[in-house]
Amino acid sequence: MSDIAIRVENLGKQYKIGAQIDRYRTLRDSIVAAARWPTRLLRGERTPADNYIWALNEVSFEVRKGEVLGVIGRNGAGKSTLLKILSRVTEPSRGFAEIHGRVGSLLEVGTGFHPELTGRENIALNGAILGMRRAEIERKFDEIVEFSGVEKFIDTPVKRYSSGMYLRLAFAVAAHLEPEILVVDEILAVGDAEFQRKCLGKMSDVAQEGRTVLFVSHNMSAILRLTKETIILEKGRLALRAPSAQAVDYYLTAGFAQTGERHWQVDEIPAGASPFRPIALRVRNPQGQVVDTLRSTEPATLEIEYCLETPIAGLRVGIYLMTGHGELIFTSFDTDDPWRYEQLGVRAAGRYLSRSTIPADFFNEGRYVVGINASAFRVRSYFQDENALSFTVDASGAPGMHWMEPRLGLIRPRLEWQIEALPE
Amino acid sequence: MSESALAQKHPEEVIVLRPSRGWSALNLSDLWRYRELIFFLTWRDILVRYKQTVLGASWAIIQPLINMIVLSVIFGSFAKMSTAGIPRPIFTFAALLPWGLFSKALSDAGRSILANRSMITKIYFPRLIIPLSSVLGGVVDFGIQLIILILMMIYYRILPTPAVWLLPLFILLSLITALGFGLWLSALNALYRDVGHILPVLTQLWLLISPVGYSAQDVVPAQWQLVYALNPMVGVVEGFRWALLGTAPPSTTMLVASAAISIGLLVTGMYYFRRMERIFADVV
Repeated sequence: MSDIAIRVENLGKQYKIGAQIDRYRTLRDSIVAAARWPTRLLRGERTPADNYIWALNEVSFEVRKGEVLGVIGRNGAGKSTLLKILSRVTEPSRGFAEIHGRVGSLLEVGTGFHPELTGRENIALNGAILGMRRAEIERKFDEIVEFSGVEKFIDTPVKRYSSGMYLRLAFAVAAHLEPEILVVDEILAVGDAEFQRKCLGKMSDVAQEGRTVLFVSHNMSAILRLTKETIILEKGRLALRAPSAQAVDYYLTAGFAQTGERHWQVDEIPAGASPFRPIALRVRNPQGQVVDTLRSTEPATLEIEYCLETPIAGLRVGIYLMTGHGELIFTSFDTDDPWRYEQLGVRAAGRYLSRSTIPADFFNEGRYVVGINASAFRVRSYFQDENALSFTVDASGAPGMHWMEPRLGLIRPRLEWQIEALPE
Repeated sequence: MSESALAQKHPEEVIVLRPSRGWSALNLSDLWRYRELIFFLTWRDILVRYKQTVLGASWAIIQPLINMIVLSVIFGSFAKMSTAGIPRPIFTFAALLPWGLFSKALSDAGRSILANRSMITKIYFPRLIIPLSSVLGGVVDFGIQLIILILMMIYYRILPTPAVWLLPLFILLSLITALGFGLWLSALNALYRDVGHILPVLTQLWLLISPVGYSAQDVVPAQWQLVYALNPMVGVVEGFRWALLGTAPPSTTMLVASAAISIGLLVTGMYYFRRMERIFADVV
């Protein structure tokens, strides 16, 4: 018995571009194409290669039994495609993968949940869809209900659940699956902080039980906590495999063109983002130049350029600011001001620039990461990229620089101090 | 537990994922391993069907009763076709039972892959389960309707013939036909949404070329009977009436032709489905 759990060799997956946009063909299209096919063949015409993209290309790696491997990469880098192949949802177009043991996937929790069925009925159904035996579901039923914390509503149709309850129940079922290999995609991006903590706890339990886990996340601190090694995917190719700390560092810094500017290519924007289309994110210094390195003592301007193909109601466009280790410092939206939010009830179609300035004496020295989010509260999330851009902050002139030691902390504000000598 | 003990308990399964070409094996053992899922999905379809309806499961009775009235009026009062001495309501209703089972199973199976796309794009399981469980979902309705039919037989004082033990066979035949054709349609529907538009027209036409409102022996000339029986529902519907109401039995050739076509549809449907299922997740 080998100690390899997953072996991937030269794996590739080709998609037809446009299949995403005009999702289905009509019979007529195919008849027309079929009628032309012989003539095309005779003329030696081939389908132009640019109609296809390799979502995944020549990827090879191995995962040993009991290893927890992180997978990171930007939107459209091929992470989801890789997981879909490994969990047997779709076939590779090239190469092969070998999987030793039962695979359970948490590609999206709550798959197969039916809104009209009660919590109890959905546990049974969802368990079966995830590959549990009926006896196994019955045995774990109480445990699942307890983990989810929805005991009181277990006989209520899930359509009456709040989104949080729904999610907790769904995750509870999935978390009690006991496959030898677990494939997890971004479950931690959802739910409240308490629930996220619970999920992370469950994940590290799984890892400690010696099961093999493939963990995809945009949350760098979760990657650092749960995995020892991480692979980075870039445009469908394997860019790096390294100890997680090194991989995260590479991903957040060297992985980017260091220009202080990020442009989104068409293939980096998921089809679901429309009508919101991100164009660029820029960091500018007080002189208005786009820069990669800022001074801590000067204000910095962050601007998001984007396009709305149709008007969007209740839109908010904003940034996440994180440290180079993935710790979130703050979140801010362009319609945080209630008055502005009212005024911009519906944002008309067109091109926009949302700009904000971060005051001087805010950043500590080091590398920072900016993410962007465009959403309508409780309606829809249009676009999200947690690692859109990174920049460096130079701390010369910042408070406390005369002590030659690294200053701990996420930010480095210049505070007013009064020092009073108190009379004896 | 040591590593080797674990290995003995669960012999390690190795799955190799690579691009497949041409026709694939049916892999029925995989289907068997997931048999509980077939049950669960069927159960879900049945549970959900009449939720939030006022009349609930009585729809299973109301629908065929309305059909019975409509067909009785058209074929009886207007077309004046004979019913071989059987009261027209029960003559029609007995045929509507297997027909309803078939047409519901066919249209559910035909739409099943698209209807379950959220599962198909996220989780692996043998895809055949989806059309299979949607075909089975109609069996409960059929059971309810069978009770109504028995009540009608008591009312009209009709005794079933000794051939009544063949009934399950006819039921099976209509399910096989629906599944076989449904497999073709569901796979085609994933590629071409046109199928969804064709389906209602298709079932309507199929109803007219099946001996539901009339009797095949009565209407179709003898030399055309065999061609007519290429429609597998002919053997099923005629057989149903014969077993329960004692009308003239369908000829053996008719039954064999119907069964051969159904089984042919099922086998080709399964292979075609297996061939196409590898791209389902990419196109639905």
